[in-house]
Amino acid sequence: MAEIKKVATRDSYGATLAELAAEIPNLVVLDADLAGATKTAKFKAACPERFIDCGIAEGNMMGVAAGLAAAGMIPFASSFAMFAAGRAFEQVRNSIGYPHLNVKIGATHAGISVGEDGATHQCCEDIALMRTIPGMVVINPADDVEARAAVRAAAQYVGPVYLRFGRMAVPVFNDPETYHFELGKGIVLREGKDVTVVATGLMVAEAIEAGKMLEEKGIDARIINIHTIKPLDEELICKAASETGKVITIEEHSVIGGLGDAVCAAVCENGIGCKVVKMGVHDEFGHSGPGGDLITEFGLRAANIVEEACKLLGK
Amino acid sequence: MNSNLKKELSITACKVRMGVIEGTHCAKSGHPGGSLSAADIMTYLYFSQMNVDPQNPNKPDRDRFVLSKGHVAPALYATLAHRGFFPVEELKTLRKIGSRLQGHPDMKKIPGVDMSSGSLGQGISAACGMAKAAKLTGADYRVYAMLGDGEIQEGQVWEAAMFASHYQLDNLCVLVDNNGLQIDGNIKDVMSPYPIDKKFEAFGFHVINIDGHDFDQIEAAYKEACTVKGKPTAIIAKTVKGKGVSFMENQASWHGTAPNDEQYEIAMKELGEQLAALEK
Repeated sequence: MAEIKKVATRDSYGATLAELAAEIPNLVVLDADLAGATKTAKFKAACPERFIDCGIAEGNMMGVAAGLAAAGMIPFASSFAMFAAGRAFEQVRNSIGYPHLNVKIGATHAGISVGEDGATHQCCEDIALMRTIPGMVVINPADDVEARAAVRAAAQYVGPVYLRFGRMAVPVFNDPETYHFELGKGIVLREGKDVTVVATGLMVAEAIEAGKMLEEKGIDARIINIHTIKPLDEELICKAASETGKVITIEEHSVIGGLGDAVCAAVCENGIGCKVVKMGVHDEFGHSGPGGDLITEFGLRAANIVEEACKLLGK
Repeated sequence: MNSNLKKELSITACKVRMGVIEGTHCAKSGHPGGSLSAADIMTYLYFSQMNVDPQNPNKPDRDRFVLSKGHVAPALYATLAHRGFFPVEELKTLRKIGSRLQGHPDMKKIPGVDMSSGSLGQGISAACGMAKAAKLTGADYRVYAMLGDGEIQEGQVWEAAMFASHYQLDNLCVLVDNNGLQIDGNIKDVMSPYPIDKKFEAFGFHVINIDGHDFDQIEAAYKEACTVKGKPTAIIAKTVKGKGVSFMENQASWHGTAPNDEQYEIAMKELGEQLAALEK
């Protein structure tokens, strides 16, 4: 079997910004002394005059981005998820969200797969924080192909967008020739009638693998990739929930306030009687270690999905 | 400044103060103290300094004003109304359901408001972004930000100050309304930001100290700021909180309290007398 190509979605972010430098003359990129890590250094190399380093001052960076947007620029403000969504939450809410300014927040190093830096840098709360801000679009791409498309879609969309990227290299499973990104629309990766697995971000690759493993066990799982957590593709999720009757959500994020909760709300509010199992980080902090090992330790592998599916189906 | 302009500005500033009292009285809430301390400076900016057009409030080459101390929205609203951005009568709707005049400025609702603000420390960052945008695009508009002296206790102000200086935003002019009082009392007692001028100097600003109620000094400072190259300017304006209404002057308690009916009558009478004297 050929080796599957692996790319970190933060690399996709930086590379796409560098491409967009020539295509969108009013696109500017801001960073807070993390250009090497967020990969905005690629944009800086392509277009140094429109790269604005704000130093280690994320709150000010978000405000500056708001001012740039108010003056007609399209700013991408970049930092780690912890500092973009966490430290600067109130600046994002009041200076960007409230006036609905055209700012894109590029947040890398999301989730526990950050790895060795440990809990202070492993943000598992950003989706929850960002989705509470009125009008904020929240996108969590799954692989290189999707991340590149998401950055382009965000640049075209008018309004605030939160983009979530990972540090760790992950399998590229989408085909760039056929992949189509539509903001707010989930993607059915595998049809199935027994159980639905709704995954987002880096967990989508695990869900695809789980689908194959379940098939071998005679379980027909529907696999859905939700790249846009807000606005959520409720129609697709509710259809799957009512047709399969059982749903598993999986995210590299707290099970409080993230994809799982969004899916639960959609299912409940639409009156669908359906058991939902939320997989993710269960109300705890991460810790240091290789990112891949942490994913395994926190039970976010294909095998764990298979286990949950079997439990749900009583097999 | 020529005497005719000074007289006109004094008259307008008095009307702005009356708008502040009118609005906060009708709202039964709001921030009259800091609005009154800022009234002369805002009047000068909108009636003499800034390139703005009430008929075309979003024109791209306009000068921008960011009220970083967003709670003194009543003064900004009164200034904008008298400048012709919306009817003066609308000031009476301040803070009411259905009104465009939110408790703190909302750029989506009110013509002439360049940035939503109210959470202290954030406006100056947005002003930096606007100034940086002008540098990137070659636009020659200027950006004005007004901060409170209590507000500069927020760390974000100094992040922004570093940014403004680092990127040599000489098209940015910030003003600190140094009325000396914040909600809990004297700024010296709560958390002293002094020396304000030395701090901005240390952050790389051209600094000008003025009396914020003297139109000659206000004009001279803003004109000087326009000539400074390679660095932003900070004007530190010594002002009187509650200026123009005798019982509100230098009282921290008037930071966020609206006048009752009786206090409203006294305040409007005092301002009316000042206006009559100016119009003579």
